[in-house]
Amino acid sequence: MNQLRTIAQNGLWNQNPVLGQMLGLCSLLAISTSAVNAVSLGLATILVMGLSSLIVSALRGFIPYEIRIPIFILIIAALVTVVDMAMNAWLHELYLVLGIFIPLIVVNCIVLARIEAFAAKNAAGISAFDGVMMGIGFVWVIGLLGAIREVVGQGTLFAGIEMIVPGAGAWQILPEDYPGFLLAMLPPGAFFVLGLMIAGRNWLDHRANERAKIRLLAHQPAHEAG
Amino acid sequence: MTLPDAAPASVPSAPEPGALRITARTALILLLFTLVFTALMAWVYQLTKPVLDATALDAKRRIIAEVLPADSYDNDLLADSIELPATAGLGLLAPSTLYRARKQGQPTALVFEAAASDGYSGEIRLILAVRTDGRLAAVRVTAHKETPGLGDYIDPKKDKNKTNPWIAQFAGRNFSDTPREQWRVKKDGGAFDQHVGATISARAVTKATGRGLAWALDRADALHAQPTGSSWEEKQ
Repeated sequence: MNQLRTIAQNGLWNQNPVLGQMLGLCSLLAISTSAVNAVSLGLATILVMGLSSLIVSALRGFIPYEIRIPIFILIIAALVTVVDMAMNAWLHELYLVLGIFIPLIVVNCIVLARIEAFAAKNAAGISAFDGVMMGIGFVWVIGLLGAIREVVGQGTLFAGIEMIVPGAGAWQILPEDYPGFLLAMLPPGAFFVLGLMIAGRNWLDHRANERAKIRLLAHQPAHEAG
Repeated sequence: MTLPDAAPASVPSAPEPGALRITARTALILLLFTLVFTALMAWVYQLTKPVLDATALDAKRRIIAEVLPADSYDNDLLADSIELPATAGLGLLAPSTLYRARKQGQPTALVFEAAASDGYSGEIRLILAVRTDGRLAAVRVTAHKETPGLGDYIDPKKDKNKTNPWIAQFAGRNFSDTPREQWRVKKDGGAFDQHVGATISARAVTKATGRGLAWALDRADALHAQPTGSSWEEKQ
């Protein structure tokens, strides 16, 4: 139970793949132009991370150490291809939205990094859990980044949601005549927003550490007295 | 003391049979993994192929239905086609297919692709339907890489104006109500609106649409007369 909690905390915050490990920046920058795009890619990433962690950890006894990387890549690429074909056939509406992003998952180094660091050394169930948690850590960061860029760049939120939820519409956050801010939509804007988010995380961590230190100091005299 | 003794004894003799065996075993394992996962992909491909073919055909029908109402023709449109080579007059860099709509045997419209390479980023692909009376039935963007939220209003799915999207202004126009030189955006002195601050995408689509309409009208009779399934050759 405790291990599951540590894995979840690592994936969501402490070792967050984007904010903590700075992995997968390529797809992050390319896709986070709107909240819907970003979350859609994130969901597909969760699926691939969970599946590939599960399969690699289940097969880890058969994978020689020297050729583990080619085999990992083989497994990831095959899984992404299978997910791509299966979604195209049976979830076609969703595929029309996600389809162009799915091949990008192969080159997302988060997937390979988690397999190498975790799934290759741990049991199947817990590895799949780790993959999914890292995926969720990726989703909330890329989703928030996409939402910020969308609001600043074009003044709306959840544009394109009708492709996933028919009948739903985008929210107009800023006034209708908002002229848009091109920089936020272009890749440099993604770097600026991501930089601010990392700074925010570091600030929160720093504050938490300071508070912990103060609490420790406040408790120490009591300990000595006791 | 033990190191110099051990090194010459183990290095030249011991690794040879062992290394060979390990190499062979490793290669075999890699081969096995490749075979198993290739087989998995092949199996899923076989499984999904019929569904994918049906969806592709369906998608083609749907996009054609957007530019040409179904009551404009009664022939099997997708079967009544000719092959277009890469055609400079349409901006096409790769071969494409042209479909011919007929009603009771009489030609009613041509449905074909065009492309614009002067957008903001990458190629903009269009599908046009041109009626035999000289009117453009409609035009739609089928693929583009314009900036999301700025230039992508050329695609009605991304246009904020859902009731009267930007691209709808081309529907029903011809060269008598809008002379050929008027087929540009208002900013360039033409007849068509563009969104402020995002002119490049609109300009590219407008130019390519006018060019495509002119191309089709110049050779409409020849295109309709061409035998089904044959390849079109542009005459200089």
